Amino acid sequence: MAHIAIADQVSDLHDPDTFITKYIWSQDHKVIAIQYGCTAIFVGLVALVLSGMMRLQLGFPDAFDFINPSAYLQFVTMHGMIMVIYLLTALLLGGFGNYLIPLMIGARDMVFPYLNMLSYWTYLLAVLVLLASFFVPGGSTGAGWTLYPPQAILQGTPGYDWGIILMLVSLAIFIVAFTMGGLNYVTTVLQARTHGMTLMRMPLTIWGIFTATVLGLLAFPALLVSAIMMLLDKTIGTSFFMPAILSMGEQLDYSGGSPILFQHLFWFFGHPEVYIVALPAFGMVSDVLAVHARKNIFGYRMMVWAIVAIGGLSFIVWAHHMYVSGMNPAFGFFFATTTLIIAVPTAIKVYNWVLTLWRGNIHLTVPMLFAIGFIFTFTHGGLTGLFLGNVVVDLPLSDTYFVVAHFHMVMGVSPVMVLFAAIYHWYPLMTGRMFNKTLGQWHFWLTFLGTYAIYLPMHYLGFLGVPRRYYAMSGTDFIPDSAQALNASITVSAIIVGVVQILFIINVIWSLRYGRKAHKNPWCATSLEWQTPDLPPKHGNWGAQLPRVYRWAYDFSVPNAKHDFIPQNFSQDEVEWLDESGRHKGIGE
Amino acid sequence: MKILQSLFEKPWLAQAGEAVMPQTSGLMPQRIALRFFLAAVSVLFFLFIITFLSRSQYPDFVPLAGQPWQPFTDSGQLWINSAILLLASLAMQWGVYSSARGQLNASLVALILALLFTVAFMLAQFMVWQQLMALGYYVGSNPANSFYYLLTAIHALHLFGGLLVLLAVIYRFFRSAALPRLHNSLALCASYWHYLLVLWMILFLLLTSRSETYAAIAALCGF
Repeated sequence: MAHIAIADQVSDLHDPDTFITKYIWSQDHKVIAIQYGCTAIFVGLVALVLSGMMRLQLGFPDAFDFINPSAYLQFVTMHGMIMVIYLLTALLLGGFGNYLIPLMIGARDMVFPYLNMLSYWTYLLAVLVLLASFFVPGGSTGAGWTLYPPQAILQGTPGYDWGIILMLVSLAIFIVAFTMGGLNYVTTVLQARTHGMTLMRMPLTIWGIFTATVLGLLAFPALLVSAIMMLLDKTIGTSFFMPAILSMGEQLDYSGGSPILFQHLFWFFGHPEVYIVALPAFGMVSDVLAVHARKNIFGYRMMVWAIVAIGGLSFIVWAHHMYVSGMNPAFGFFFATTTLIIAVPTAIKVYNWVLTLWRGNIHLTVPMLFAIGFIFTFTHGGLTGLFLGNVVVDLPLSDTYFVVAHFHMVMGVSPVMVLFAAIYHWYPLMTGRMFNKTLGQWHFWLTFLGTYAIYLPMHYLGFLGVPRRYYAMSGTDFIPDSAQALNASITVSAIIVGVVQILFIINVIWSLRYGRKAHKNPWCATSLEWQTPDLPPKHGNWGAQLPRVYRWAYDFSVPNAKHDFIPQNFSQDEVEWLDESGRHKGIGE
Repeated sequence: MKILQSLFEKPWLAQAGEAVMPQTSGLMPQRIALRFFLAAVSVLFFLFIITFLSRSQYPDFVPLAGQPWQPFTDSGQLWINSAILLLASLAMQWGVYSSARGQLNASLVALILALLFTVAFMLAQFMVWQQLMALGYYVGSNPANSFYYLLTAIHALHLFGGLLVLLAVIYRFFRSAALPRLHNSLALCASYWHYLLVLWMILFLLLTSRSETYAAIAALCGF
């Protein structure tokens, strides 16, 4: 039976005809992608507001009555968890994965459209359960985004009762949603590619999303295991992670459990998670750079190998998050080594991005600005990662603002830069309209410079030894008053960067209606998603016939070709060539 | 490994090659998805087992087998349960075999048998829980108990998920869908059942071992 996703006849598809089947209970990958995207951006904005409130307290301590220590810890926790899981993972894989996979590989839809729809609604349920935890007695959990036991479920931690339970339940639901989506993405990439689309002709975006999805399928179970066991520790009094413990002067019923065990499980998920976010970003930024520099991506094969190698290595570096946890010190040596090894393929990627730009015909469009911005922020964040990967350097810097600065640069700002690049790049495809360029440029410069104003000083605070997650720093001798001035300036920058995002939201909404109508393939890209008969693509994507692919996705500036790009679905006979003197030679060879 | 070979292709040279359908593995997409799903389930149980082994080396851990008074020193009941699950698996296989030969009725009987055996297994597992509780082995009283309840429950949940799918397949029997598609669905269900049988045998072995066995495995793993 021909599968819907690779069906060669559009009549095999059932066009959704009612409003509900078209936009709500939709099985179309593009609609699901946009549902994922809007939900993720909405919770992301919630998390952005939370970070603003944290910064207000840190910059201007005790100026705001509604931020008490408990609330502060709850903001920290929810900000971290929402940003990492519910925004980045969901937007990169659920949003862009869903939108781009079928279009870029030339399929009509995902292989299992119904499962895809179910995945979104389950994700929405996870988000609702998570948001509900703000409103239960005791509020949301304040255990820190790593949710370490024993403190996460003990009296004294904010939200130790309902908050933590809802958090764990929401994570479990999210994992179910991700698994449904993930099975779809890998199967679609493996089974639904169109004629001529070999694995090595896929754009790097698809390689990144594919590898990240495999990582997710193998890493999220670790989070599920730790969530289930902690939930049991909390609700029915098992002692998987809980040691014998005195709390509020009373001996609790727990005995003998191992909190370190939780940390191992959590980071066995947590480190691959970094790459679940990073790999799709790597892929998308490669494509944006190649298109806007009018040059083939430098070292395509090496880029693919690096993605696969990073994916593999990401499973054997997890304990570098635990150098100070009291684990066997011999582990430290092993994990420091693997951590430094993973820097090799990552550095290859950075070199290749820079070399793609070298002597390229660089167009400083808004997506390109964000992509180049990413190279800066990612290099900075990556380099501080080398510091922290070494045990002896990590020990004094552990739990300071240096760590906060590092992971925000590498895993906060950098993927968000790529997300903006990607949204601006694919906006014409998704909406059929162009965004406002001037607003986009303001958005880029204020965000890019603003994030540096936030995170560069944080490295310095970290060197001073300012600890992270503290509500207030007053009365500490080793922290000079100047640190407070720095904190105030960071807060001001953070508020500015936060407010600037309104420009982006305005741009997206305004352009939806009033933006200039986009030409077909406005960036002159080669990949398949721009070759659909309609812009934006309709249900079934490809009209009557699936596209045929004759080349890789990076035929830019091919010598003697008349145009500076050759789309993937152009056979040699369809390309217009020029002779040596630059005159038109004709079509075909 | 074809996928590894293809990593060495040089796509920039192979320009304007023929636009043939790429060599996919020839399997149904559902089969690929099932394999990835089973890989994820395997990681889930692998991590549970690693956690179990690590936890077993703490002093408060009292295994469920070893001494004469411990419940699984005589694991006869669990062997009976395993036999029931084996029968379910065999019935599934019979169902696949009959559907391949176009014997719809035999296939239906086999499916219903598989369904019944699976439910029987879950009930039997539940009875073991009740026996344990009657003996005073509660969920929270020892980590070995907690793991026993937890792992059997998660295993049963996976079976339950399989049952839902199987019910959907049987429902399709009555709606008389195309036979090849039924056969394909059945073959996938059978693979899932066999997988859960093997998984149960591993869990059975693990949960009823003695403390020396745990110590030996843990030493091998470096705990």
